[in-house]
Amino acid sequence: MPLSSSLFGQKFAITERDLESYLAEALSKGGDYADLYFEYLATASISLDESIIKSATQGVTLGVGIRVLFGERTGYAYSDDLSPDKIRKAARTASCIASGPATQLTAGLTSVEKHDLYKVATLAGDTPLADRAQLVKRADAAARAHDPRVFQVQAVYADTVRHVLVASSDGKLSIDRQPMARMNVSVLAREDGGVPQRGYAGGGGRIGLDFFTGDHSPERFATDAARQAIVQLHAIDAPAGEMTVVFGPGWPGILLHEAVGHGLEADFNRKGVSAFSGRVGQKVASDLCTVVDDGTIASRRGSLNVDDEGEPTKQNVLIENGVLRGYLTDKLSARLTNAKSTGSGRRESYQHYPMPRMTNTFMLAGESDPEEILKSVKSGLYCANFGGGQVDITSGNFVFSASESFLIKDGKITTPVRGATLIGNGPEALKYVSMVGNDLKLDQGIGVCGKEGQSVPVGVGIPTIKIDKMTVGGTR
Amino acid sequence: MTLLEAAQTAIAIAIQKGATAAECTIAEGEEFSATVRLGEVETIKEAGSRGAGLRVLMGRKQGSSYTSDLSGDGLARMADAALAIAEITEEDPFAGLPEKEELGQIDGDLKLAADDVANVEAAARIDAAKRAEAAALKADERIANSEGAGCETYTGTRVFVNSLGFSGAYTSTNASLSVTPVAKRGDAMERDYWHTTSRSWAGMESPEDVGRIAAERAVRRLGARKIETQKATIVFEPRVAKSILGHIFEAVNGDSIYRKSSFLLDKIDEQIAASNVTVIDDATVPGWFGTSPFDDEGVPTRRTPVIEGGVLKSYLLNTYTARKLGLKTTGCAARGLTGAPGVGHGTLYLEAGSKTPEEIFAAVGTGLYVTELIGFGVNVVTGDYSRGAAGLWIEGGKLSYPVAEITIAGNLSEMLRDIVHIGSDLEFRGSTCAPTIAIANMTISGK
Repeated sequence: MPLSSSLFGQKFAITERDLESYLAEALSKGGDYADLYFEYLATASISLDESIIKSATQGVTLGVGIRVLFGERTGYAYSDDLSPDKIRKAARTASCIASGPATQLTAGLTSVEKHDLYKVATLAGDTPLADRAQLVKRADAAARAHDPRVFQVQAVYADTVRHVLVASSDGKLSIDRQPMARMNVSVLAREDGGVPQRGYAGGGGRIGLDFFTGDHSPERFATDAARQAIVQLHAIDAPAGEMTVVFGPGWPGILLHEAVGHGLEADFNRKGVSAFSGRVGQKVASDLCTVVDDGTIASRRGSLNVDDEGEPTKQNVLIENGVLRGYLTDKLSARLTNAKSTGSGRRESYQHYPMPRMTNTFMLAGESDPEEILKSVKSGLYCANFGGGQVDITSGNFVFSASESFLIKDGKITTPVRGATLIGNGPEALKYVSMVGNDLKLDQGIGVCGKEGQSVPVGVGIPTIKIDKMTVGGTR
Repeated sequence: MTLLEAAQTAIAIAIQKGATAAECTIAEGEEFSATVRLGEVETIKEAGSRGAGLRVLMGRKQGSSYTSDLSGDGLARMADAALAIAEITEEDPFAGLPEKEELGQIDGDLKLAADDVANVEAAARIDAAKRAEAAALKADERIANSEGAGCETYTGTRVFVNSLGFSGAYTSTNASLSVTPVAKRGDAMERDYWHTTSRSWAGMESPEDVGRIAAERAVRRLGARKIETQKATIVFEPRVAKSILGHIFEAVNGDSIYRKSSFLLDKIDEQIAASNVTVIDDATVPGWFGTSPFDDEGVPTRRTPVIEGGVLKSYLLNTYTARKLGLKTTGCAARGLTGAPGVGHGTLYLEAGSKTPEEIFAAVGTGLYVTELIGFGVNVVTGDYSRGAAGLWIEGGKLSYPVAEITIAGNLSEMLRDIVHIGSDLEFRGSTCAPTIAIANMTISGK
């Protein structure tokens, strides 16, 4: 998209000459590199509770973040006012990280070749609000109809469209319009006045409203949430100790995000503070494990045509047949380690500077039949769904919370167990992967990853896998 | 147009365009931060931003919007957006502003802002961070690396106006310093951090102390072992004990109560914790981190005993949740710029007991001293509790070797009753505060 026909050209009359002058201002004290990140974010959200659409919000935030790199140093300033004098002021503030004569810019900006991953005919934000409101009403009705033990339903629908312009002093310009929509359903069920149990489901991506049909319909999410809550009504206390754990396909891929993904972000490795630092070429998982981070899958929540530094995203192999292949880099870590950017520079908003982040992280399918995997387990735990996780990248210890899991007895899924945390060590845990299924599945598209106070949307995926030894944090 | 005038303008526009009631929040803030690593500046960030949020009611329907454009046109667009989206919401008989007589603010100087914060030069932030990191690096030869140190100062102003005539504003300041050193022995690395935060620049602990404590914490984790699965008494240091207060807050939050999604539902006046447990929410003490003159609906803040002698005395409520439950607001409305208000707290703390941490270790004899918790394995609907933990094993009444890669688990209903010791070491370092506590009968999952 040319600048003149983009939102920034149309609405704010920003020209290439403006961008070049702001970049020159940013480098006026001699930085090595500068970039401008313009963002215009429009959001709408609709919340249902107790069968009533109780609240709804829409609004716009906008601003520009200006970054100057000088050796290992970063200067950053932002403005929520896009008038030229305010942008220049921010550029001058950021420029002060450097000290010296001005750096000369190469003349002209060239548009970056980018992917075309968001196949959205009509933006969700351009559809009537009443149509979007129907989604949460339908979810409520379906959850309540699913089972009389369901007594509370909360449903939230939200969409955003983010217009982004990145101009950098290496002469690159990228403009992207990034749509996103999702819905979540949370259900409480109770039996005979007993302890209520929660179920949770949802989905979305870089999609339009037409996504929410079939497997992604509000009814499907609602009944899945209701089903999980009802399963939990008869759950027993989770076991405690080391045991064999089988992960179901899809969202359990959060294992990879926590166990290896964060530890492979190049900022931590450049500084030597990750448990994976200096381990490229070493065995960090069993031969069966190939893990990739892929920002180029059409319509996925974690996908981007260009990252938040204007670089096209890529498919990056992190672990190949158990051997560590590489790290996820942003421009700064790439410069400082003589590597190429893997298109992994991301940020929460114009108020934040970019850092290496994951996009969609998953394990490639193996050859085992999921049934055979279960049959091979005499006694263990089957985890179908998880809540959130966290990792200490320095020691490598990570956790994540099983929200729907079952005991395995003699190769069969049996009694449901209550929520429990699983814990392991990143460079060790995947060495115990002894079977990988042929049923790779990506998650439904509601993942959010937090790092140093910045949240970004991500995806995960995994086929059914068996880990021979993992610590399960129950009470029994 | 001042911020107060902008908020009043937004309300006037909304009412003129057909809202039956409206409230507007405006926040303005300036952040200045510096991070250093291995003695060199790594990042410098300086910026300011502001934004307005508007909630409108049309009878019992409500919608909201927000903007960073505080011009007359921007405020009018915000009002239009809020009114348009209110159309799709449905009648909620409990929606609305507080009663007029409930509005107000507490008097006196709450010492929320210190003059010295605005005058801090960038060089001073860099210097503080460098000194903290240098102190950590030289504290012990096993400190081999650093994730860096950061120093930040913040000044923020909050304005709130509603169509019942409430109008208020306050400014608060904050200064903070933290450092994360990395300790190494052989191939194994451990990190930890320490930080100080204050309303004033001068009120921060010395960078040298922050660095030294962070280094001690990282070093003592080296050589951590995974221990056997077992039942044990767990001693939570204050930094992790406050997370238990966070779970109590979630469970007494009016939203959780009216949705019947709390293990403390219908437990008012019941003994829900050991008789030594008293938890107070207080947003009125000058200088504390949870203090403010009014809540985010314009209701005066107050002191609310939540648990006294182990008996549950009060939920924490905003106007909406109070109406749902047939109760009165406790002045705990909290919100960002937009949306309907949620429930927050002032300074929520567990009252100190009489034992020093060492006396607690001695009394416990054998158990686990937890210094870090990770993960989100807490369910306040059922009380199920299971989190990743690291810390030190207590043997013979004293701290012995470090422990890691384990989980601790239990159920919050039982954990609150099994609080066997409460320390004397309560410090007000944030808006949720607890001294050292010991909880018996928890499950450690390890080897």
